[in-house]
Amino acid sequence: MRYESPATTKEACALLAKEKGTAFVLAGGTDLLVKMKAGMVEPDLVVDIKRIKGMRDIKKTASGFVIGAATPNVALSENAALLKAWPGVVEAAQLIGSKQVQGRCTMAGNLCNASPAADAVPALVAAGAKVVLASVNGKRKLAVEDVPAGVGRTVLKKGEIVEAIELPAKKPKSGDAYLRFIPRTEMDIAVVSCGVNLTIDGKGVITAARVALGAVAPTVLLVKDAAKAIIGSKLDDAAKAKLAAAASAACRPIDDKRGTVEFRTEVAGVMARRAAEIAYARAGGK
Amino acid sequence: MAVLVKTTINGDTVEYACQPDEPLLDVLRNRLGLTGAKEGCGTGDCGACSVIVDGRLTCSCLVLGAEMEGRTLETIEGMATGDKLHPLQQQFIDHAALQCGVCTPGFLIAAKALLSKNPDPSEEEIRFGLAGNLCRCTGYDKIVRAVQAAAKEMRGA
Repeated sequence: MRYESPATTKEACALLAKEKGTAFVLAGGTDLLVKMKAGMVEPDLVVDIKRIKGMRDIKKTASGFVIGAATPNVALSENAALLKAWPGVVEAAQLIGSKQVQGRCTMAGNLCNASPAADAVPALVAAGAKVVLASVNGKRKLAVEDVPAGVGRTVLKKGEIVEAIELPAKKPKSGDAYLRFIPRTEMDIAVVSCGVNLTIDGKGVITAARVALGAVAPTVLLVKDAAKAIIGSKLDDAAKAKLAAAASAACRPIDDKRGTVEFRTEVAGVMARRAAEIAYARAGGK
Repeated sequence: MAVLVKTTINGDTVEYACQPDEPLLDVLRNRLGLTGAKEGCGTGDCGACSVIVDGRLTCSCLVLGAEMEGRTLETIEGMATGDKLHPLQQQFIDHAALQCGVCTPGFLIAAKALLSKNPDPSEEEIRFGLAGNLCRCTGYDKIVRAVQAAAKEMRGA
């Protein structure tokens, strides 16, 4: 195996593009090193992107936030502006692993590892986040929900890397939240998870919403019917019941040691309802 | 091909050569003789290999030795000042917060990282802060008490 730590994105993309063997990007390494240890992957080339300028920075811009792909999750909560604008995204990212893992793991890595249970992903999808992808041919942007292609697979092409994750500016009277169900209190993988982002008007009526579910399908689900169920409402009991039903209806989960199909389907509705309640309160709704 | 690395460990400049796929934990233990960090799981679950890299608590099993060029590393070997134990180390002894001792260096490093950010943590904050460290002997209670006592001592209270 060769280890490279290029100084620019261009160099990193070129190294990955011309590698004939198996190549991996190294940011936090909390998935990659575990897979290497287990013999699940045997890289010929590892490209460490942490020495690329800006890769570990969080920038606040007029259109929102640009989070460098190698930014460790612990740095998200240390950024007061980000925490204030997108508490749901930050909370989701902070649920991943221990303090030790938080010091290294990244949201971009969480996305590219493409686990259906990735905690950061439903929150990013609900927030309407985009990824900036770079390759030797230039850059392109994709919505976060368009990145996973299946369990452990993404739509990234050979030689293409995530350079940054972009979050939009927070809209007035909006709020986001993320919840997951786990049988423990921490250090576990989501059985079901849900991210909700919504905006209300001066009367507390929801004018826009995005609802995303995790761990109930091969990839994250953006559930438009669940959003429709609460738009136009003040998140009254009837709207919440419709939301829960729409979330459950979207589920295509598997049975495994963490939960059954029936349990995941039922709990998806519960998570959606509770996350929506938190998001609504954060938006200033009563 | 070996990677040459120059880094700072516990305040000293250290140079080493390692394999490109060699975890930092193996570099510390097998090349540098710093055997305080332990390999429990090797997959970032147990925290026995905890070190602090550029101020961030990290599992050294989840870091490549090759990544350490120009970084600043703190390990358990740098915790005491000469013969004088760090308050956390002394309180772990006084509270019998260890039995077999394999997890202890990791707990001490993680507790130090916790107290550097939060000098007066609640019991819950300590338990969450140390959730990445597994101990199969003590049942954790004595560890939590030791950290509370050390935090109090370090605050000068």
